[in-house]
Amino acid sequence: MRVRIDSEKCQGHGRCYDLAPELFGDDEEGFGQVLGDGKVTPDTENQARLAVANCPERAIELIEES
Amino acid sequence: MAVDERFARDFEDSAEEQVLGTRNEIITGPVSDWSTDFSHLEPEWAADPYPIQDDLRQRCPIAHTDRFGGGWLPVRYEDVAAVAYDTDRFSSRSIIMGNFRPPRDIAPIGGSPPISSDPPFHHDARKLLLPAFTKTAVTRQEPATRAYCHALIDAFDGQDVVDAAADYAQHIPMRVIADMMGFPPEDGPQFRRFVENTLEGVNLQPEERIERMQALFEYILDQVHDHLDNPRDDLTTYLINAELYGSKLTADHVTGAMVLLLIAGIDTSWSAIGSSLWHLAKTPADRERLMADRGLLPTAMEEFLRAYAPVTMARLVKDDMHWHGVDMKADDWILLSFPAANRDPAQFDRAAEVVIDREVNRHAAFGLGIHRCLGSHLARMELRVALEVWLDRIPEFSLADPGAVTWSAGQIRGPRTLPLRIG
Repeated sequence: MRVRIDSEKCQGHGRCYDLAPELFGDDEEGFGQVLGDGKVTPDTENQARLAVANCPERAIELIEES
Repeated sequence: MAVDERFARDFEDSAEEQVLGTRNEIITGPVSDWSTDFSHLEPEWAADPYPIQDDLRQRCPIAHTDRFGGGWLPVRYEDVAAVAYDTDRFSSRSIIMGNFRPPRDIAPIGGSPPISSDPPFHHDARKLLLPAFTKTAVTRQEPATRAYCHALIDAFDGQDVVDAAADYAQHIPMRVIADMMGFPPEDGPQFRRFVENTLEGVNLQPEERIERMQALFEYILDQVHDHLDNPRDDLTTYLINAELYGSKLTADHVTGAMVLLLIAGIDTSWSAIGSSLWHLAKTPADRERLMADRGLLPTAMEEFLRAYAPVTMARLVKDDMHWHGVDMKADDWILLSFPAANRDPAQFDRAAEVVIDREVNRHAAFGLGIHRCLGSHLARMELRVALEVWLDRIPEFSLADPGAVTWSAGQIRGPRTLPLRIG
């Protein structure tokens, strides 16, 4: 699985980089950024789900890779 | 003395002339029916707005009032979100619902950009300020904030009962924003007056309201002139020098943005810190659980922000329209209650309860859409540090006199008197 941010929806609330700091960071204006390739490991899966569930703008997706 | 023609005497004179706009009759007094006559400035709303909102959500769910020249109050999350996202049909040219509407041509800039701005100007005015308010940027204020919280508690020495709203919560955001703006730290008491006048003085007679607002603008202009003479590394100097579309900002933009940063940064965090302490003082089980598991604080904090969201915004309807079942008229107000959205059972399980380990909490305390609170990262830092220091220093506390707790009226809600027994 990978995480993805819809930058059209993101408003920089920062819940993703608060809750899942291994998967997300912020840019110079505070908008969320996916770190690296956004690949979710078993260790970061819970963080990823929290980030998705707490984004006020519903801007984060977990994408299942085939 | 440094000269900057933008802030010369004739600007001050023009700023003191009352801008054109429309005023309506001021209506105060008990509300007859909250679905047809609501007012967020009446004591019943200030004391406990949640049962009123819950009742409206069942039977309305978009309430109306003829007060303030006419306005609407959506209380479902879905409707609040729809208004927040729809900047085509709802304008931010005034965001304080009262008896004065600024002229239409003040849009898209408004009196205090970017909170009062509409697209496309909004984006550019906001972009100027975003870098100063990122999580990384506000972390620089954390050591001073922590030290200041300790100093406030040091001053409690020997007292069994303290006012956590007046003697703790209010001072923290005042000091932090004064530092960021480069204002004298001892000016805090003046800020309190400015905040109360702006946000709670909505139903004052026009002459008195204008006079009080002028005092705020005069203070801001004094600060601008002080910074022109002695430029320094702070937000005031930054705004004076900032450029948009190839030229420096207008004087109105600079002073309007300064008013925004000063006013919006104080009442809000003061309320969030106060409400959180009030909850913990009256809920020993939650306080004991947090003391035993301090790692829960970030989660609990989000729940306090959901359940006691301090900030309600306002919008103005752009044109007559039928919207979500009601007939809105151009220039009707929308009272945009994020607190009501945050307690909608259609959006949150156990919406009326405070669940301090709520893991899924998609609350709207800092708004939704393009106007997301610019200072949200600063507010979260202040709230976290204020609670951490309080819990470290005062693990045992309770309401000294529940009946003596008072709450602010208007669009920012939080305790203004909060006597806590700490001995």
